[in-house]
Amino acid sequence: MKHRKRNRCCRLCDIPPGQTTRIRCHHAKGAIRQRLLDLGFVPESEVDVVRRAPLGDPIQCKVADYNVTLRNAEAALIEVEEVSPESA
Amino acid sequence: MEQKKNLLVGLAGQQNSGKSTTFNMLTGANQHIANYPGVTVDKKSGSYTFEGVRVETVDLPGTYSLTSFSLEERVARDFLINEKPDVIVNVVDASSLKRSLYFTFQVLEMGFGVVVALNMMDVATRNGMTIDIEKLQHRLGVDVIPTVGRKGRGKKELRRAILATTKRKEGLPLTISYEEIEPLLKKLQEKLATTVLAENYPLRWLAVKLVEGDSEAERILIEHLGSSSAELELTRKIRREFEENHYMTVADYMVGCRDRLASSIVESCVTREAQGGFNISEKIDKLLLNRFAAPIFLILTVFLIYQLSIVKGYELTQYWWPFLAKFRAIVASLLPDAGLLHDPYIRSMGLWMVDSANALLNYIPIFLILFSLIAILEDSGYMARIAFILDKMFNAFGLHGQSTLPFILGGVFAGGCAVPGVMSTKGIPDERSRMATILTVPYMNCLAKIPFYTLLVNVFFVQYKSWTMLFLSTFTIFAALLVAKFLTATVLKTKETAPFVMELPNYHPPTLFGVGQRAIERTWQYIKKVGSIVIAVSVCVFTLLQFPGLDDNREAYYQKEMDKAVTKFYTKIEGNAYAPQFQEEASLVALINLYTDFKTARLNVKSADASKALDDAYRESYPNLFVFMKPRGDKDAKTINKNLRSLASKRKSLRREIKNENIENSFLGMFGRALEPITQFAGFDWKINVAIFSSFAARESSVATIGVLYQEGADDNKSLEERMGTETSSSGFTPLHALAVMVFFALYPPCLATTIMIKVQTNSYKWMLFSMLFPTALGFVVASCIFTGGMALGMSGFQMMIAFYLLVVLTTILVGTRNKWLPSRHNRTKAILQ
Repeated sequence: MKHRKRNRCCRLCDIPPGQTTRIRCHHAKGAIRQRLLDLGFVPESEVDVVRRAPLGDPIQCKVADYNVTLRNAEAALIEVEEVSPESA
Repeated sequence: MEQKKNLLVGLAGQQNSGKSTTFNMLTGANQHIANYPGVTVDKKSGSYTFEGVRVETVDLPGTYSLTSFSLEERVARDFLINEKPDVIVNVVDASSLKRSLYFTFQVLEMGFGVVVALNMMDVATRNGMTIDIEKLQHRLGVDVIPTVGRKGRGKKELRRAILATTKRKEGLPLTISYEEIEPLLKKLQEKLATTVLAENYPLRWLAVKLVEGDSEAERILIEHLGSSSAELELTRKIRREFEENHYMTVADYMVGCRDRLASSIVESCVTREAQGGFNISEKIDKLLLNRFAAPIFLILTVFLIYQLSIVKGYELTQYWWPFLAKFRAIVASLLPDAGLLHDPYIRSMGLWMVDSANALLNYIPIFLILFSLIAILEDSGYMARIAFILDKMFNAFGLHGQSTLPFILGGVFAGGCAVPGVMSTKGIPDERSRMATILTVPYMNCLAKIPFYTLLVNVFFVQYKSWTMLFLSTFTIFAALLVAKFLTATVLKTKETAPFVMELPNYHPPTLFGVGQRAIERTWQYIKKVGSIVIAVSVCVFTLLQFPGLDDNREAYYQKEMDKAVTKFYTKIEGNAYAPQFQEEASLVALINLYTDFKTARLNVKSADASKALDDAYRESYPNLFVFMKPRGDKDAKTINKNLRSLASKRKSLRREIKNENIENSFLGMFGRALEPITQFAGFDWKINVAIFSSFAARESSVATIGVLYQEGADDNKSLEERMGTETSSSGFTPLHALAVMVFFALYPPCLATTIMIKVQTNSYKWMLFSMLFPTALGFVVASCIFTGGMALGMSGFQMMIAFYLLVVLTTILVGTRNKWLPSRHNRTKAILQ
């Protein structure tokens, strides 16, 4: 695999709204993993965190050009790295 | 290739890709809905004839992929494998092409002839996207037809492409290359080609799925070749070796391959106008999903639905009811005429059935409006936002953001119906939440519970009317949440759950056809319920209330009373010029019936004009008898009229007494009495017991039954409220009793039609039975606590109501926020990651 300078990595659920991130890997298995993949949470793809629901959970993300919501519990299974604005 | 005369086409695509509009566009109105065998997933099919070829089109369930993780996916995949359609029309959302391509790849991999319907081209254009159709066709190797399903654009081209695809030779479409593992896939495919599987399954697809570790593919392999075949061993070896060499799973690697291919296709075919990066949906969301504005818009929406459907719809029922009344009158005129004291059995049962049905059919205007508004919410995309806003609250109680729709249909605030509510749980992907929703929707305030509440509130809580109604409509929400929590933590604990990963579709303007169709479809479901189950059960209840009937002594007594009244009538009219024409009993009965009908008709007449029209109609139909309805100066006729009035009134009260005594001695009455020793803890007497049982058919009948049971003073034109008030106060029925009854009524089992729908949705009689028994037990325990507890503490009905309400609200808050002090799942994963 090609090596690129890794930024600080964390879980998707910890990203504040307005940030762009890149998915590093999934910790989810089975149905959850499949669902996330189907909706475009594919490793190496970019995800914008758009907003949180008024009660703080779920979160709305923008993957490619559509919006997906997922709960913090599922977002916690996605490991992401922050993408600095200039490289985005 | 020779053109086949009959084609089978499968319409496949992801959710929100506009599949149903494309389906409507292709097939027009010629559709029918059935279920896929053994499951509750709708199978929509339709057909059309194009250039002499009949094309049968099946709308597959909308799924994100064709794996085997969800029921819909399995259904869609089984259909493709078993039915082997000639062509698959893959509906693709042009505005999110990349994700849609994942699905397209899977269909292509299965080796079908594919036509891509590139739908929602207008949205894509509006978002500043230009798609090079030629290039996309070239890359995918199949026909790509741009369509706008909502506007019917691209229909002809799509139909033509379907025919063209069946004539085309195979082998042209794109094959997804899995780069490094290609040689291994080839090897596996060659091995599979020598087995029996070659006849029934697309081998490339099977090989890909096996290597990916798809459980369904493995099942197929084991089923045909046994659990220790060389082929299975080979796939395991491929997986093992790849993982050892690459530090990643084959599945992840294959996903990456597909993703790269999709990206490269999108890159080469789509050009994006540089724009502010802001589409209309995002602008609307900025406002509607704003942290502070969102709750306000949500409450406004719910309030608007309530106002338009329940309040305005109720006003409409005033215009609708006369039609139902007319229907009843027609049926009444067809049935044998009423007797003096007893009606022919067929007449009373027929009218009972019509009344039961009418009580439910009366709500049709409300449902049409309600279902239209909900269809608008769904089609516009706001429903998904509601789920997004409320998910956290629902999730805390084991429910799901998408439980919102069933609860609104079921009647969150005041008035709905659990039947469409339970029906609409279909869309909830999480099995555990779905079950919890199905089992708690019946706690909502269905329209039919309202009259019963209104009755009791008007008798026992007159000073606190609005507070009590508020208590009833909000208490049920808390109760439903608590029950959901309880069920998901106990009996439903082992059910499958699914992640809340949901697309927020872009906002679309709803179409008149789409909304109208859905509203009519759901209303029709409701009418079918009335037509079948409710009528059937109403007959049973009628029989149970009617038999074994009065004993001979009482029968003779009533007969004597009636005879007395008739004799009196004859004495009074002796010497009257009209007297001779009523000497026969039949003619007298006919006269009394006419008189009663006329009076009833007069009661329903509002204006002076209508009253005159009614008079004219009766005068024309009964030229000889009308003079006794309105004597006007004819002295002899006046005497008849006067005595007729008292005779009719006597007959009315005798008939009512008979009915009352009949019910008291009926099977249901006996049953109600037999239960009194137990139900006394909840403060229910036998009359309430009977009302509760009779309301199982449809809750509407509870008021009617109570109306029959409380009838002292009915002759003095006292309302049912007043009658119940005087009668119950003398028997010691207090507001506390009423509270216990209302709470029981709020919690008690769903009506029969709902339980049937629960059977349909859960596919199990066990759950249907549970949905009846659990609420009965719960309702009874809670009602007993309220009544017995309230008595012991010496509290009034209103005090008890406040105390009980506070308790329920407090419990709900504690349960709902317990995550704050208990370690949650997502905090635990944090520990794992670190």
